Amino acid sequence: MKRRNGSSDSLLTKAGGELDDRFKLAGPARVLFNKVFPDHWSFLLGEIALFSFILLLLSGTFLALFFDPSMTEVTYDGAYVPLQGIEMSRAYESTLHLSFEVRGGLFMRQMHHWSCLLFMASILVHMLRIFFTGAFRAPRETNWMIGIVLFWLGFFEGFFGYSLPDDGLSGTGLRIMEGMTASVPFIGPWASAALFGGQFPGTTVIPMLYIIHVFIFPLLMLGLIVVHVALVFIQKHTQWPGPGRTEHNVVGYRMFPNYVMKQVGFMLFIWGVLAAMGGLFQINPIWLFGPYEVSVVSSASQPDFYVMYLDGLIRLFPAWEFRVPPYFTLPAVFWPAIAGMGLSVLLPLLYPALERRFTKDRGHHNLLQRPRDNPGRTSLGVMVVVFWTIGAVSGGNDVFAEKFDISLNAMTWAGRIGIVVLPIIAYYLTYRIALGLQQHDREVLAHGLETGILMRDPNGRFYEVHQPLAEPDEHGHTELEYNGWVVPKKMNRVGALPPTDKGFFKSIEEPSENGSAARDEIESGSKH
Amino acid sequence: MSAHNDSARDEVEPVDLDDPKLTRFEVYKEGLRRDDIEIIHYEPRFPKPGTKAEKRMERIVGGLFLLAGLFATLFVAAFIWWPWEYEGAATWRDPQTWYTPVLGFFLGFALLFFAVGVLTWAKKLLPVEELVQDRHDGGSSKDDRRIAESTVDTMVDDMGLRRRPFLVKSALLAAAPLGLAAIAPLGALIKDPGDMYTVTGWNAERYNDGEPIRLMMKDGALVRPDMVSAGGQITVYPAIDHGATNQFPTAPTLLIHLRETDAATLRGNLYPMYQDVDALWGNFVAYSKICTHVGCPASLYEQQSQRLLCPCHQSQFNVVDNAAPVFGPATRHLPMLPITVDDEGYFTATSDFLVPPGPAFWNRPSLPEEDEK
Repeated sequence: MKRRNGSSDSLLTKAGGELDDRFKLAGPARVLFNKVFPDHWSFLLGEIALFSFILLLLSGTFLALFFDPSMTEVTYDGAYVPLQGIEMSRAYESTLHLSFEVRGGLFMRQMHHWSCLLFMASILVHMLRIFFTGAFRAPRETNWMIGIVLFWLGFFEGFFGYSLPDDGLSGTGLRIMEGMTASVPFIGPWASAALFGGQFPGTTVIPMLYIIHVFIFPLLMLGLIVVHVALVFIQKHTQWPGPGRTEHNVVGYRMFPNYVMKQVGFMLFIWGVLAAMGGLFQINPIWLFGPYEVSVVSSASQPDFYVMYLDGLIRLFPAWEFRVPPYFTLPAVFWPAIAGMGLSVLLPLLYPALERRFTKDRGHHNLLQRPRDNPGRTSLGVMVVVFWTIGAVSGGNDVFAEKFDISLNAMTWAGRIGIVVLPIIAYYLTYRIALGLQQHDREVLAHGLETGILMRDPNGRFYEVHQPLAEPDEHGHTELEYNGWVVPKKMNRVGALPPTDKGFFKSIEEPSENGSAARDEIESGSKH
Repeated sequence: MSAHNDSARDEVEPVDLDDPKLTRFEVYKEGLRRDDIEIIHYEPRFPKPGTKAEKRMERIVGGLFLLAGLFATLFVAAFIWWPWEYEGAATWRDPQTWYTPVLGFFLGFALLFFAVGVLTWAKKLLPVEELVQDRHDGGSSKDDRRIAESTVDTMVDDMGLRRRPFLVKSALLAAAPLGLAAIAPLGALIKDPGDMYTVTGWNAERYNDGEPIRLMMKDGALVRPDMVSAGGQITVYPAIDHGATNQFPTAPTLLIHLRETDAATLRGNLYPMYQDVDALWGNFVAYSKICTHVGCPASLYEQQSQRLLCPCHQSQFNVVDNAAPVFGPATRHLPMLPITVDDEGYFTATSDFLVPPGPAFWNRPSLPEEDEK
């Protein structure tokens, strides 16, 4: 054992030497290996998106080997009996072929679709984390904007992706996109004719979306993701405030081996979940929808979840069409679809600049803020989340109405009123909750933790014993500044009274030593 | 820099790397020092190597890796040997029903076992560590900036950008058309929308040599009045070449046989433009099936309330009132196809739709008669 270790060491040294002779790596490699990363679960949300993206590239490459983006009319004579003899496009036929007659094809297709959903979902959650903690502030505005662009590229990449099979559902999505495109002032009909090569649906849109879906957008996204991650690396990750953490340092563990091992494990974990989902959970069973025909649609035609809020806005928006007789028409769909989407791109892009302008805060921020410490921003974020959620729920209002036996029109009206009123209420409530949390933090800092122990003094007065967080003055007050750190709210957070029942499968009964001492001290009434 | 880090650097003296007495860890720490990193806390997870607890943890991690390998092998084996070919509707007893779930299960758990193995190694066997590194936030040093500035200025002056304004201006002037030239090929995509929104498959002049176009069903069967019972409806297409295909996306039409009372109501409500062309035939009315909102087929016919509902965005149209929108985001009625029955007893369209069917578009002419009651 010993000797083999020794020889492999020298082999490693020799290989390193050969590499360094050629590439001069020793310095940069050391800097890389030693780089310190801060540690928090919430910093890993973006990684989920990154790992899903890698799996999307891998599974998508497999699909591209079998999918044929052609609109040539063919008669189906494949394995799936219910569709045999039906006229359809090559695109749809090759997707059916991929699903039924290619070994593992359905597994790959489903894994690809689930990865896309996880990609978009994790981007959204990652974005909320960045927003609510103020991580987008200087010097990281550029990376925030790259992230927003990546979200919208993913949005269209996903939409184009599920449009490719040319099944009944995807054709319905394209139909709606055509209606939206034609509504754009001045260029609408021309843009639509360019997109569909003339009248919808035409035969050119699927090949066009294919080259965008498999080449242009993935390339753009890969490039932006590389820049996104490189900027996080160069600018160094933000960190939560805490003991020893300042605006000018990073506290955490080293890139190698700790961080990299955790990342590799996490990546395999995400892939494992997605592989299991791709095999076990059905998604987008295109063979049930039939080929796209302009005269056929079914109820419960829902887009993927990340498009649903837009579809919901289109459903909720009132029938307001502006006409300039006799020449021009501004269709109702323009407002939610084109103006709405435009604002959904623009406002998030501009948000860091707008906040800088209104707060006049020009400084660099490497320490994160707790959401409660910036009630205005937090409330704004919750407002947007509520708006988005009502939109997304309204995107499925026919399904909700049917499943819960509600009037469809009542659902629509509830959405119309709700999307105006509820975000305002959400703003107010969030603001009050944030202020309440701030106040409670400061109360704990001033008076100490609630212990849950009630005492009665000789005069008959009841009071609760508090555990001060520092040496109190004669009134029992402590002078502790709030500095953005997490304030302990329970006794077991300060080391006393840990949970007695430990262990996963069986209890490990092991009362903490200092815990019992602290309890004795408190119960004897010497501290309050 | 924070006081904390300043003091840290004061404490750690650079070491002499040529000192033969240096341990490997001291050399390593010198590297950390050069990268402005200070160790706050660093201790092995198991202070005494080779304890039972450490051995147990090693066994767990190793076991997870071996399980991952086993599952990966099972995945490959299932991929090759599990019966996979789809042979029509199968029950859960047939193994090919389970092909996709089996693949997902084996590959998923192979990856998950390996993942948990790596994570356990990192969390339970690597040293407990906390380090602090200086951030060096906020731009380069004053010297670097000054040098970069001078470098750029020298470059600018070498090129003579300030002294030769003519060159700059002419280059900029040429850049605009060059940029245009770069994107000009995209112009090949541009097509004149022409009358694609206004002419449908029901246009007899264009698609049937001026002969009135008959109504047909999906399978090509021509439509006679006795084929639709009162209160019923069918989807009809122009009886021309490819009339029922996606080549004529605005042609699909809903032929409804109204009950007597409903037909009377509709005749009372009929817009003047439809009265003029006598658009109904008996109690039969034909409406464009393409929703005027964004173009899904408005195909859910609710007989009780005489409404047509579009399942995409829930626009609702009143069948006994010119299919005018009564709820949802649609703003215009579903255009009526004027129909009659020819000598041979088949339905024909007497003309194309009087107003463009389908979703609105920017240069859609807004006709005053549409809003007339």
